Amino acid sequence: MDLGRLIMIIISMVFINNFILSKFLGMCPFIGVSRETKPAISMGIAVTFVMAASSVITWLLYNYVLIPFEITYLRTITFILVIAAFVQFVEMVIRKVSVALYRALGIYLPLITTNCAILGVTLLNTNEFFKDNHAVAGSFLLGLAQSVFAGLGFTLALILMSAIRERLDLLDIPESMKGIPIAFVVASLMSLAFMGFGGFRF
Amino acid sequence: MRKIIPEFNKGLLKENPVLVLALGLCPTLAVSVSAINAIGMGAAATFVLFGSNIIVSSLRKVIPDKIRIPCFIVVIATFVTIVEMLLKAYFPALNKSLGIFVPLIVVNCIVLGRAEAFASKRNILHSAFDALGMGCGFTLALLIISSIREILGAGKIFGFVLIKGYEPASVMILAPGALLTLGFVIAFMKLKSSNKG
Amino acid sequence: MNMDNLIVSTSPHIHRKESVSYIMWAVVIALIPSGIAGVWIFGIGALWVMLAGVFSALLFEALICRLRGKKVSILDASAILTGLLLSYNLPANVPLWLPVVGSFVAIAVAKQAFGGLGRNIFNPALVGRAFLLAAWPTYMTTFIKPYDSITAATPLALLKEGKALNLGQMNLSYFDFLTGGRGGCIGEVCIVALLIGALYLWVRKIISLHAPFAFITIVALLSWIFSGEALFKGDFIFAVLSGGLILGAFFMATDYVTTPLTAKGQFIFGLGCGLLTFVIRKWGGYPEGVSYSILIMNAFVPLIDRFVRPKRYSP
Repeated sequence: MDLGRLIMIIISMVFINNFILSKFLGMCPFIGVSRETKPAISMGIAVTFVMAASSVITWLLYNYVLIPFEITYLRTITFILVIAAFVQFVEMVIRKVSVALYRALGIYLPLITTNCAILGVTLLNTNEFFKDNHAVAGSFLLGLAQSVFAGLGFTLALILMSAIRERLDLLDIPESMKGIPIAFVVASLMSLAFMGFGGFRF
Repeated sequence: MRKIIPEFNKGLLKENPVLVLALGLCPTLAVSVSAINAIGMGAAATFVLFGSNIIVSSLRKVIPDKIRIPCFIVVIATFVTIVEMLLKAYFPALNKSLGIFVPLIVVNCIVLGRAEAFASKRNILHSAFDALGMGCGFTLALLIISSIREILGAGKIFGFVLIKGYEPASVMILAPGALLTLGFVIAFMKLKSSNKG
Repeated sequence: MNMDNLIVSTSPHIHRKESVSYIMWAVVIALIPSGIAGVWIFGIGALWVMLAGVFSALLFEALICRLRGKKVSILDASAILTGLLLSYNLPANVPLWLPVVGSFVAIAVAKQAFGGLGRNIFNPALVGRAFLLAAWPTYMTTFIKPYDSITAATPLALLKEGKALNLGQMNLSYFDFLTGGRGGCIGEVCIVALLIGALYLWVRKIISLHAPFAFITIVALLSWIFSGEALFKGDFIFAVLSGGLILGAFFMATDYVTTPLTAKGQFIFGLGCGLLTFVIRKWGGYPEGVSYSILIMNAFVPLIDRFVRPKRYSP
């Protein structure tokens, strides 16, 4: 995997095809957890971690089980079960190992299981880095990179949004716009601004 | 019978999953570029919702509480896989434009949400009607957003040109347009319901 | 509503005796030279675009204030300023409904939806421009010939499309840039007129130069290092004078409402804008990045303000 492709993935996942502002994956936690900055950072880290781990596990599953046994149509079921099981497992481990870490990250984990962003990135990995049921060159690392930076892009959008929303709470927003509607308007303007990265060619 | 109809109706407007409960936001934003997409996604999601609500309700006394969420997911995922295969076979163009949001129905908050909040606690008939109501409400919300975006952003509805000589604002079928439309439609709903109440 | 007791929220805190409307009017006055130059260079069509932008902004502001039951405050010139700045960012030959739609988006979405004057996060004029660019890209990138020069296309567009590699190939000189004899938007081309306005604002202590200085310096530096045929051979004067950099740096990166409170924050803001502008100009799909860079940095402002505290408030 050459540097140019890696940089393109970074720019693409964080800015051009940002999961929140462009692909619309992960909107529910985005709206739900973006009111304050601290939880936003925690959620972002949790999501990035789960995305990275899930991409590894599902890649291995897809490449060494689903393809050889020709049951790729079971992709959806197996991926979501694997993700759910993994998140459950991580939550249990964190709870036992560190109460502080649990309180910082662990409580977000159940929210992440059914987050379309996690399943979404694993599906995207298999769509983009497998051709005719064969893994393309560097498929594993590309998928991992895509997942990590998708998570970071998600985190960026979340942090920006939370800082903005903290300020919005002090303003004189029209009653019907308060809460979710203004959050969407802010997101739309952020999305508009991020269009500046369109057509990027390194 | 009189008790059943409200189960259906509530999903349409008063408890519309997208516009009031703020569920299923991801597919709504991503898929609502044309009215055809809206109907396709709505139908697929309603199918899954209907099937899963019925099965979950039938098995509600049998599924152990501790592992109920994974069980729901297996049920839902099965129906999603069926829908995936049906769409690939009979509606390939629609399948392509809906993209990864077809398999993502399995994590659609509406589907899992209704299984957990309703179908696991109520009988089959009520659960079935709840599913239909929520599914139709989802489709309705999708249709509203899609129509606005298609008309403003492409000057068409269902692929038919609406007004000749209208220069469509392409931004409406892009990402910012989706977020903007959804935000204002939800605000409009809030305004209407606060005026009534 | 007494203009002097206007704002209770976090931003902006204007530590001065003049009211908000005084400041707005001063900026409008500072922009007039560039407007006159625009009409001189591009013809009477530019005037219609400017009037359409300003009057529609006033109309929408008045209508929406009325709908919300608030006192109509158009005399504070903020709507006029938004309409004017928006039109300065448009080509002179756009159909007149374009600035009207742009003003609507700027006033209704970018400003009033957030609560009105002083509450917006994003620069309304730039939101309007970005919306218009995304909605009707052809109208927004088709320019009219200045005077009787060779081409209508903007220098940066020629550069991006590889049609010209430097000033010489464009048949332009630095003097042309200063007087506005090049393709571009109404209010961005006549650098001298813009600088006169900026000087006026700086002397009246209406704007501080932290953001513009950082903005322009970074663009110049990076262009000098990377934009030439070899390292450290870039034409940085061209980079500074072209596109909407001067207009953006002095008139939009200095907007009280949408830029950081502290001097340090403003410096960071300018740095970010400059970096993004250079990156978009060099590798992005658009020839110019000033508008987008300012909008993106607007999104960072609440974050910047959160972490860069004014010195006098720390214990």
